[in-house]
Formats: sequence, structure tokens, C-alpha cells
Amino acid sequence: MASPTNGTPPAGVLVRRGVVVAYLSLLVIWPVALVVQNTFSDGLGTLTTALTDPSVVFALRMSVYVAVWAVVINTVFGVGISLLLVRHEFPGKRLLSALIDLPLAVSPVVVGLALLLAYGGANGTFGPTVEALGLQVAYAPIGLVLATTFISLPLVVREVVPTLEEVGSEQEQAAHSLGAGRWQTFWRITLPSVRWAVVYGVVLSLARALGEFGAVKVVSGNIVQQTQTATLVVEQKYQDFEQGSAYATSFLLALVAVAALVVVTIIRPKEHTDGH
Amino acid sequence: MTVAPPLQRPPRRARRTTLDRASGLGLGVALTWFSILVMIPLAVVVVHATDDGWATFADTLRNPQTAAALRLTVAQAALVTVVNVLMGTLIAWVLVRDDFPGKRVLEVVIDIPFALPTIVAGLVLLSLYGPTSPIGVDIVNTRWAVFLALLFVTLPFVVRTVEPVLIELDTDVEEAAASLGASQATTLRRIVLPALLPAITSGAALSFARGISEYGSLVLITGNLPMRTEMASVRILSYIENGNTAAAAAIATLLLAVALLVIVTLEIISRRVARRG
Repeated sequence: MASPTNGTPPAGVLVRRGVVVAYLSLLVIWPVALVVQNTFSDGLGTLTTALTDPSVVFALRMSVYVAVWAVVINTVFGVGISLLLVRHEFPGKRLLSALIDLPLAVSPVVVGLALLLAYGGANGTFGPTVEALGLQVAYAPIGLVLATTFISLPLVVREVVPTLEEVGSEQEQAAHSLGAGRWQTFWRITLPSVRWAVVYGVVLSLARALGEFGAVKVVSGNIVQQTQTATLVVEQKYQDFEQGSAYATSFLLALVAVAALVVVTIIRPKEHTDGH
Repeated sequence: MTVAPPLQRPPRRARRTTLDRASGLGLGVALTWFSILVMIPLAVVVVHATDDGWATFADTLRNPQTAAALRLTVAQAALVTVVNVLMGTLIAWVLVRDDFPGKRVLEVVIDIPFALPTIVAGLVLLSLYGPTSPIGVDIVNTRWAVFLALLFVTLPFVVRTVEPVLIELDTDVEEAAASLGASQATTLRRIVLPALLPAITSGAALSFARGISEYGSLVLITGNLPMRTEMASVRILSYIENGNTAAAAAIATLLLAVALLVIVTLEIISRRVARRG
């Protein structure tokens, strides 16, 4: 290993560093930079054209609507199930904990197909039941929310579980012995101690939810200005040779993704200095 | 799937459950939601595929276009996983052991493929490797496009599983081995690689699973040419669009089996590591 006082590091170190930098540049850095460049090749024109296109604006709104619902549902579910998995013993716990990760390994297209076959319209196994309840899953916003919730389900759990394990339950027990109720303990002790993990999970889920494509495409039917999300609009605009709009919408999505990344990188070190 | 074998945990036997009424109710609600959202729909897919026994599977797999798509999917996912094992381990090594300006930037770059929407990932690759490429490389509608798209979306897996293990790994042991006369290659083979192996395997499993199931990044760049660049997930979608949901469900069931296999592999690895630690 090269010691920093040693001037130039040995050739082997330089070679491996060069290989890594070249690989990442060709695979990620250069292509991403080009998308930004393509978006701004004629100033802000492309961006304003896209943002005044009603179908793009509708799709962006739809994406935010769907993502917010999915994140809210997954946060409530995620914190709840994490508490159960970490603080309690019950038969089948390990199986449940392994199954929670399943949505990360399932193809988005399979997720969409599964929701359609189960709850979609008259042909879905439970379609008639669901429709009798007045809910429409196929080609409707509810379907988009379900699909998005499915694919981003494990993200909050995966962040909160390790943090809960790390902070232990001493403080909760102390609060309990001092007469605090279950809710009081949760709001004043448990939740504050895992808040950064929750925020981290929420940011990851939000980025994942805004960017979902395959599952949403299957469930939505891709109906312009009805069930079209931002990612679906990118595909359509590109195929309709409105590449400016495709690049601009992609740029906005990428911007949100990178912003989420930056937020997460800022949060991470803070978690360590929190002093658990 | 194989249910986790009952490990020898005699001390826990006495208290199988610590659920009281309220947490039991909470678990019930959570399980119901999880079943409605995840387990029931996935079960419906398997049921739909096996409605006629194995006939649907046999018919679907006998379709030459589908068979070609499945072969391509497995081959490309495997190839990409091999590259990821090599490059991912090297990247993790450089990021952990070396110190150079711009390292923090590379750390963020590794996560970009996770953060970017998959359709945007396809567009991103098109900008450098498409018809308007500034370096004159146009791989659109070829198998290279499939390879590149999978390489992009699976980049973080091995890096991110190996990195933490490498950070934890004490350089003392390596130095001790070196001081006892072990060559660099020997140290790497006898000390470092065994310690990294579980992490590399986990990363490889995740990368393979992602490769098998990828859809979004392929749409714009591979052209989805039947028999040439069409992948399994694209095949599922065209079956859905043609109304042949049974065939779609059959391929989906195969993909699900791979996903479950990966989850089980990861669970086994994490148990082994936990037991050793």
C-alpha cells in the first residue's frame, strides 16, 4: 500500500486506480453528463418546452402523487413491522424477515402482472370482489400506487431494523418502568432514536417510487393524461421522436434521484456522530 | 420454497412468542397487508401458470422466441455477474484501501445506477453508445446493448456488499502474513479472499437476480428484437399485451423461482456469517 508521505504510489496502485476511474467514467459519469448536456444544448428551451407540455406536467404530477402515497404506506408499514421483527419473538419470524426482501428480487414486470392477475378487472382472480368494493386497480391510480408500494416495500424496513437492533431496548424499558404508556414510549423514545434511519428509508423509497417504470407500465395501460407517470412519458416521448422532452423529463427525474443521493450521503455520517 | 430448517435454539423454546394483545394485533394487520400486496398476487401468478398442469410451461418453453429470450437472459445475467464480481471487488478495494482526490465523488457515482429510474438509465446509455454518440460507437439493437444496460444497473451490488467487509477486515492480519514471508498473492488468496467470499457471493446473487429481472433500462436501447435482443421480462410484457396471460405467468413463475432462490442463498450466507462472527 502506498503511504501518503511516499510521494507517488507504486505502479500497481496507479494502474488499479486508473482502471476503476476509466470503468466508472465510461459506464456512468460520461453518459450521465451527456444527458445533462443534451437537455441544455439549446439553453433552457428544451426544459421549458417539456414543462409547458400538458402531458408531461400531468405525468410529473401523477408520479409525485403515486410516490407520496407509496412512501407514506411503506413508512407506516416499515416502522411497524421493523418493531415487531426486532422487539418480539414469534414463530415464522425469520421466514417473514426473508420474505420482506422478496420485492427487491422480483422483476417489475412480474409485479405488474401479479397485481393485474390478482385484482385487475373482471379477469383478475379477486377482480370482481375488488370492484364490488368500488376500487379499480387495473389502468387506474390505485393500481399505480399498489405497484409502486410493492416494489419499494423493503427499503424502510431494511434501514430501520439494523438501527433498532443497535440502539437496543434499554431506554424503552426504562421509560416503561417509569410509567410511560406504549404510545408515549414509541413517540418519545423509539421513534426519535431511529429517526435518521426512517428519513434515510423514506428518501430511498421516494427515489425508487418516482423512478418505477416496469411495474407501473404493466398496471397503468399507459393512458395519456390518465395513468401516465413521468417515466412512462420519457419512453413515449422518445419513441415519438420528441427527444427534447424525453431528455428534459429524464433530467428532472435524474435531478431528483441525485438530490436524494446527496441528502442520503449527508445524513449517513450524522447518524454515526449521533453517538449510539 | 424451502422453509428455514428449525435451528437448534433450545433456550428460545421456553418463550416461543413475546407478542401481547396489541402487538399481536399489529402483526396481524401487517401480515394481512403484506399478503394482500405481495404474497397473494405472486401466488396468483403461480396458480395461473399451473392451471393446466405443466402444459402451459411446456408450450411456452417450446416457443422458439421465448426459449431464445430465456437463454439470452440467463447468459447475459451470468456474464454481467462475472464482470461485476471482478470489477466490483476491484472498485471496492480501491475505494476502501486507496486515498486519492475525487474518491468521494466516485462513492456517489457508484450509487447513481440505483437512484436513476431504469428508463432514464437506458436513455443515459443511449447518449454515449447510441446513434448520436460523440465517440462514434453505436451499439443500439445489438446484444452489446443488453450487456451494457445490465452492467449499468447492477454496478452497485458487489461494490456495496464487499466494501463494508473490507473496511472491517483488519490489515494487521495481512501485515502479519507478509512479515512471515507470505507473498502478496498468497496473502490475497489465503487471507483476503476467504474473508470477502460471503460478501462477493451475496453481491453476485443480487446482481444475477437483477440481471434476470431487468426491464426498464432495456426498453430504449436494445430494440427488443425477437430471437436477438429480446429478454425474458420484455417477452412477458408482449405476452400480456397479446392477452396470453397464461404464458406470461409461466415465464414470470420461472423468474420468481430464481428470485426465491436468491433470497434463500442470501439468507443462508448471512446465517453462516452470523454464526462465524
